[in-house]
Amino acid sequence: MSGSHGKRRGFVERTIHGLYAAIERALYADTLALRRGILQGLDPRVKLAGLLALILAAALSAKLWIIALILAVAVSLAGLSGIPVSLVAPVWLSALTFTGTIAAPAIFLTPGNTIYRVPLVDWNVTAQGVTTALYLILRVEASATLALLLVFTTPWTHVLKALRVFRVPVVFVVVLGMTFRYILLLLETAREMFESRQSRTVGKLSGSDSRRLAISSGGVLIAKAFQLSGEVFLAMQARGFRGEVYVLDEFRMKSRDWAALALFAGVAGGAVWAGR
Amino acid sequence: MHIPDGYLSPATCAALYGGAAPFWYVALQRVRKALHTRLVPLLSLSAAFCFVIMMFNLPLPGGTTGHAVGIGLATVVLGPWAAMLAVSIAIVIQALFFGDGGITAIGANCFNMAIAGSLVAYAVYRAIAGGAALTSSRRVVAAGLAGYTAINVSALLAAIEFGLQPVFYRDAAGAPLYCPYPLSIAIPAMMIGHLTVAGLAELFVSAGVVAFLQQSDTSLLRGTSGLTGKLVEAESFAGRRALRPLWLGLGALMILTPLGILAGGAAWGEWVTSDYADPAVRQQIAASSLNQPLPVRAPEGLERLSAVWTAPFAQYAPPYVRSRGFGYLLSAMFGVGLVMLGSLAAGKLLRAYNRAPGETAGP
Repeated sequence: MSGSHGKRRGFVERTIHGLYAAIERALYADTLALRRGILQGLDPRVKLAGLLALILAAALSAKLWIIALILAVAVSLAGLSGIPVSLVAPVWLSALTFTGTIAAPAIFLTPGNTIYRVPLVDWNVTAQGVTTALYLILRVEASATLALLLVFTTPWTHVLKALRVFRVPVVFVVVLGMTFRYILLLLETAREMFESRQSRTVGKLSGSDSRRLAISSGGVLIAKAFQLSGEVFLAMQARGFRGEVYVLDEFRMKSRDWAALALFAGVAGGAVWAGR
Repeated sequence: MHIPDGYLSPATCAALYGGAAPFWYVALQRVRKALHTRLVPLLSLSAAFCFVIMMFNLPLPGGTTGHAVGIGLATVVLGPWAAMLAVSIAIVIQALFFGDGGITAIGANCFNMAIAGSLVAYAVYRAIAGGAALTSSRRVVAAGLAGYTAINVSALLAAIEFGLQPVFYRDAAGAPLYCPYPLSIAIPAMMIGHLTVAGLAELFVSAGVVAFLQQSDTSLLRGTSGLTGKLVEAESFAGRRALRPLWLGLGALMILTPLGILAGGAAWGEWVTSDYADPAVRQQIAASSLNQPLPVRAPEGLERLSAVWTAPFAQYAPPYVRSRGFGYLLSAMFGVGLVMLGSLAAGKLLRAYNRAPGETAGP
């Protein structure tokens, strides 16, 4: 990977990099979730319900300052939970770049009171246009930060179990858990396939060759996934699996969890009320 | 294509969660019945595959790249119901753990991509592939077009959801609260990218992997081929085939509905109260009624009763659609959809009614 720095990466390198980044993110999130911090110490169910309530409050608010306040709460929680800025900043930047690009034309296209006329092109910047662009950007930033807080402060197995609070059927929770585990395996398999091809390649692959490589890798991967599902099924059956699934409910609410739940409910409820 | 949080109002998100729920329920029942104990591992591995295939950034002709969602491929291999669940699970994991797509928008993303996408992909695949052999190149074309159509229908649904936001949700000063672009901007903006780049990526992945599987493992293509089902299934397929020209005709008529705009004036007897106040329309009514004199003003009963009910798609022109042609098309789609739903419900009731006496008469 290091050899590709400073040069424009080809298709194979870019794909390997993307797959590697996804694996790394998933594994690093679990490592980070084991650190000490204000959110790490809370019951996953409280965290899931509380952070989702804040995301919903940001979505419901019709006032910019409320959404900005929720973003500030999310940033403070990230700081108090020991989530490094180097991890949060790329998320903010990518949300800003993506949504910023989408929101920017709205500044000129939204009808309303003109607050500035761009010289030369004669485009009108409207107050309503600026407001709507800010709504979109702030909401996306606040929601992205809150979603990130959940994943980086809770082991993924706990997040899935906490979904039972929302009456998500057990079978879905189990399938989600197995899917997550096999995503890591299939990502690793795909990465190995691309790496082995890269190690046998001299020069740069043409567009049609890259396409062929991606498609044949997809074909191999789907065949492997099916073969694996058969093997996993036999292994499960050998261990007594008869189609019924159970999830151990080991979470216990402590007094600080109740306090946190009340705080989340208060902040989210207050934000919904003030943002009407 | 993955709608993030903040682009759709909570009410829209809730409606789309509500819209997706019955499909999830039916899909789970059907897949559970077909797979029984194999459900959990097969669904998990399929969802994991859908997730990974979404990460492949495919180089496209012209130097650009695009990433496929894999709806077409998943549907061809798994069938529409299992594909619906597998893609939904991949979308949930993307939103929860990888920040791709919003958590509040999971229902919308699943509805657009997993549900509508897989149903459309299946219909297109079966319609084009017909009874062709498993290794036929017709199946490759069918899979490619299934993926291409599915991703574009999903994009169109997302664009409509975006475009409706500024119509319904604005703050006190009139600034749109969520996606700020109306349908006239949202639809072309979404469709240009999907009809070209994203659609092509989906087409290449679906067609390419099906061609690969034809060479390496045709058993994966058997399930949705329509060649291996029971006699009853084959018969019902043949029955559906007989209906195909009717479906095609219905589709063509729907597409041609905007031609209705070309006809001038109102249909005889379908006048509204305002027509009586317009001298030009009065002249038309009189001319088409053997020059019978018209009442000076609209009849009192007509005035009273016409105020009782205001249709949501009055004059085939929904108030939130600017283009008259598109409004006509949307009205046609809505109307046809309602008629089909009504027919399906009536058919189901009739079948249940006919079955009931036989069941009780059994030994």
